[in-house]
Amino acid sequence: MSGYPHRHLLGIESLQPSEIVAVLDTAEGLREILDRPLKKVPALRGKTVVNLFYEPSTRTRASFEVAEKVLSADSLSISASASSAQKGETLLDTAKNLEAMNPDMIVLRHSAAGAAHFLARHCRAAIVNAGDGAHEHPTQALLDALTLRQRKGRLEGLRVAIVGDILHSRVARSNVWLLSKMGAKVVLCAPPTLVPPGIDALAPVTHRIDEAVEGADAVMMLRIQRERMTGAYFPSDREYHLRFGLTEARVKRAKKDVLILHPGPMNRGVEIASEVADGPYSVILDQVTNGVAVRMAVLLLLLGGGGES
Amino acid sequence: MSRLLLKGGRVVDPARRLDAPRDVLLEDGRVARVEKSLSRRGAEVIEAEGLVVCPGFIDLHVHLREPGREDKETIATGTRAAAAGGFTAVCAMPNTAPVNDNSGITRSILEKARSEGMVRVYPIGAITRGSRGEELAEYGDLKDAGCVAVSDDGRPVASARVMRRALEYARAFDLPVVDHCEEPALFERAAMNEGPVATLLGLRGTPSAAESIVVERDVQLAELTGGRLHVAHLSTAASADAVRRGKARGVRVTAEVTPHHLLLTDQAVKDSDYDASTKMNPPLRSEADRRAMVEALRDGTIDAIATDHAPHTVDDKKVEYEEAAFGVVGLETAVSLCLDRLVASGLLPLTRLVTLLSTGPARVFGLPGGTLAPGAPADVTVLDLDRPRKVDPARFHSKGRNTPFAGWALKGAAVITVVGGQIVWQERR
Repeated sequence: MSGYPHRHLLGIESLQPSEIVAVLDTAEGLREILDRPLKKVPALRGKTVVNLFYEPSTRTRASFEVAEKVLSADSLSISASASSAQKGETLLDTAKNLEAMNPDMIVLRHSAAGAAHFLARHCRAAIVNAGDGAHEHPTQALLDALTLRQRKGRLEGLRVAIVGDILHSRVARSNVWLLSKMGAKVVLCAPPTLVPPGIDALAPVTHRIDEAVEGADAVMMLRIQRERMTGAYFPSDREYHLRFGLTEARVKRAKKDVLILHPGPMNRGVEIASEVADGPYSVILDQVTNGVAVRMAVLLLLLGGGGES
Repeated sequence: MSRLLLKGGRVVDPARRLDAPRDVLLEDGRVARVEKSLSRRGAEVIEAEGLVVCPGFIDLHVHLREPGREDKETIATGTRAAAAGGFTAVCAMPNTAPVNDNSGITRSILEKARSEGMVRVYPIGAITRGSRGEELAEYGDLKDAGCVAVSDDGRPVASARVMRRALEYARAFDLPVVDHCEEPALFERAAMNEGPVATLLGLRGTPSAAESIVVERDVQLAELTGGRLHVAHLSTAASADAVRRGKARGVRVTAEVTPHHLLLTDQAVKDSDYDASTKMNPPLRSEADRRAMVEALRDGTIDAIATDHAPHTVDDKKVEYEEAAFGVVGLETAVSLCLDRLVASGLLPLTRLVTLLSTGPARVFGLPGGTLAPGAPADVTVLDLDRPRKVDPARFHSKGRNTPFAGWALKGAAVITVVGGQIVWQERR
């Protein structure tokens, strides 16, 4: 396949708009397979993929696993708690050992920013970044883009608000890169304590959610890690919800056909009111389905795929 | 009677405002004569035509790692790296294991240095016992054993009260107090400088204010106490400004800067794709901070260029960026970097560079040397301004390979190092 000339998928920052489109178009074509009664094609038969997860993840990991199975790749998943990491083995040693088994791809989720770049430098396998610290989560941004494109027919010119903990969010960084590369107008919104310095070079920042949501085509909500933050970055869940939470009243400021996205898991009643999360404009479950399609596309583009599809 | 004659070189001795062709005769470990023409008779002769003869370079900030972390560096390998890099003396930071907080350890370091070292080693004692930041170490004993300053380097002195007492008490022994200025509450497990680059990389950053807040505090405490403050590895514009203002009102404060803070910015972390050889503390800062460091060199705010030579094993560095150890090696790159990027590029006159590498550091800690005046120690660094030098970590004498300058092609190098009248390092032309 052409249109994606890279060996790895480490982040959105280094991608050209045409390469993003190539992934989205490929995903669009593959989505149909998921509706078939027999959800299996032999595209990646004989290819081996290792899912190496150093952080807990339900959605992303399951999504990669399903994508791998549908494409007939041989895959295995390793989570850090079950692996040698517990015994003090370094990431490099773990990867080198896995590599001795000759996998074609390693999908890595890790709490350290740059962990995927580190593996890419030291391993032969294709590396897919499934989230590295607060750096990037490229497949999440791609699936969000796919969801928006399906519903709106385009990305260019869309007004998208990204609201919540931008400081610690890899999803925010990947989405800012992707949406701005594709010509969307992004607005970021968070309390000042959760805005990383210099991010305003990529997209304007406001501390007023009403302003961010005003006229928006889509609102992407980010998860607040309450256990780490309350008291340090903002005084209370209550104040956060009142000042920065997405409520029904606030959704009314957006366009009528606004879409609400959330990468999950949600804190209902903190960053998002339940009525909004479960409301008609919520595409949160579409995101999950599209996640599988996008990951299938990434697998196929990186591993080539000799068989039929 | 050993006599070494450096014949026909350009002698740069800023302490005597000398920059002219001279012969230099070293005799019995001292500089004997510096004259237009000296007889070759009875002396071993170094033909120094086309070379620059300087008072020996002194590095105020080196981690020799011995005792305790001989896997990272030893006194033997660290001083060999120093000799190869053109340094005739190094000041050894006390964050060894155990910490150099008592005269027994100081003496054992000096003994090792005498038997295995290639250049002079001046130990720095700890400010507090175990560098824990609580009780003062025994400065009288440390000084008698041979320490030239005190520092808890690697760890900031968090308590203003402890820093005040250290500056006060050290006055009794005229010891400079060297602080690694950093407010720990603002550091928060940072891996690099806080700013747009850290934001894009998703790495936790420490703001430049974490340093300058403590520099301001320390300058005011030095003013309060009359103590001698030396600010280690200055890295931010606001820190330089604090030192500049302190000097202007007569506070006894001096400062050093590293070559990497003069030449690199936090963009290097991104350009290297998270290569841990760009990770050190203080971290590489913004371009505005870098420019402020160069300006502070030029206007005299900074007294010395010091390497903060911090060797680590490959295993300490070949891990995820946030897990990697802080620090880079510097002894074998500093002189060439400075000659090429500061002098050849026109930012500093050569005499000023020699001041910053020799006369300045000698003055900061009150060390012998820093001049080629007759009677001074026969420590000499000879430079070849045209010698090409490619930075190749595989050829370092240090055990550490962790440099952000690997592959840099530079012009100018130290080619002969003389300590106490003995040639300890000489490179073929």
